[in-house]
Amino acid sequence: MTAATQADLQAHFDQTIARDRRIEPRDWVPDRYRATMIRQIAQHAHSEIIGMQPEGNWITRAPSLRRKAILLAKVQDEAGHGMYLYSAAETLGADRGDLTDKLIDGRQKYSSIFNYPTLTYADVGVIGWLVDGAAICNQVPLCRSSYGPYARAMVRICKEESFHQRQGYELLMTMMRGTQAQRDMVQDATNRFWWPSLMMFGPPDDASPNTEQSMRWGIKRHTNDELRQRFVDMTVPQADKLGVTLPDPDLSWNEAREHYDFGAVDWAEFKAVVAGNGPCNTERVARRKAAHDDGAWVREAARAHAAKARAS
Amino acid sequence: MTEPQPEREPDPAPVRSEWPLYEVFLRGKRGLNHVHVGSLHAADPQMALHHARDLYTRRNEGVSIWVVAASDITASSPDEKDPFFAPSGDKVYRHPTFYQIPDDVPHM
Repeated sequence: MTAATQADLQAHFDQTIARDRRIEPRDWVPDRYRATMIRQIAQHAHSEIIGMQPEGNWITRAPSLRRKAILLAKVQDEAGHGMYLYSAAETLGADRGDLTDKLIDGRQKYSSIFNYPTLTYADVGVIGWLVDGAAICNQVPLCRSSYGPYARAMVRICKEESFHQRQGYELLMTMMRGTQAQRDMVQDATNRFWWPSLMMFGPPDDASPNTEQSMRWGIKRHTNDELRQRFVDMTVPQADKLGVTLPDPDLSWNEAREHYDFGAVDWAEFKAVVAGNGPCNTERVARRKAAHDDGAWVREAARAHAAKARAS
Repeated sequence: MTEPQPEREPDPAPVRSEWPLYEVFLRGKRGLNHVHVGSLHAADPQMALHHARDLYTRRNEGVSIWVVAASDITASSPDEKDPFFAPSGDKVYRHPTFYQIPDDVPHM
């Protein structure tokens, strides 16, 4: 390719971004845009897939048929979200089997929140309320991602996440109307998931070197700290209404800023969990690998059946 | 209509997906066209249809599904500046607004 052509392509890409138009599959994009986008979408897809596990653990122990049906639908949605996202990653030239391998052997990450255990059924509610609530905060702006297939997948996902958050909050409201032991479970789950939920927005802005480039490319629309603040502001009144205390003594309304102030996140813990040393990292990946390995004969049988059907 | 995404950029890593890729199109309700919604992998078209139902119509989003092997789609270049679309660019007289009609002519 001549230098002039390369410059033309870059100019066309820059112009598309500047006009806030969408990049579509097969458009020329800079290599770094492609690599960043594949990494972002794959990491998001992996999070959805691994995210099935913490709650999936409770399907067989749901307290009623109603809760079981809801939880099944929710976990099935998480699988669906993973599939939409792998599909979007493939439009950039990624290979799905390759992405699965990268998840299983640790070359690609998933959200650190899923490395925390789910100890009681209240955790199912708190994950819906806080974890899916934080995910919605993160994901709504991504519906305007400059990469078209990702943005379209996010529109679909955000619609479904709303059900996830509401079922969680409703579950918690039900428990709060129950016994003292049930209320204690909700408070305990809130205590355990509050800080990890704040970590879901990623490192603080001054420690997030890629944010600026990602915002220029329109693949990130707000900084990590902006989204974290938005989440805190949205969640405090919900906690009040529910009757639980968020485990942060520094949490208070700041009249001047018109935002809630909140305490310092333990970034050392975040780094440790991302590095693989969270409570459940090994278990989550091992289970994903086992599911993949155990499914090998099914994939092979389906392939053989298809070949036989084609031949006849 | 959402643009189909059939052709892929060449992959630097070897392609080793075990099942081929299918593109999925949904008719949201009677009276509407099928619209591209995404893709999935399946061993054969029948399985692709079942997967499409599970993946893309969990909330009554469709009354009809098409699945098409991605390798069977022929697509134009996505580049808007492509001369492929140039012939329609300079034919403004194909649009009703090209014609000046006095405002007081009724039903026009």
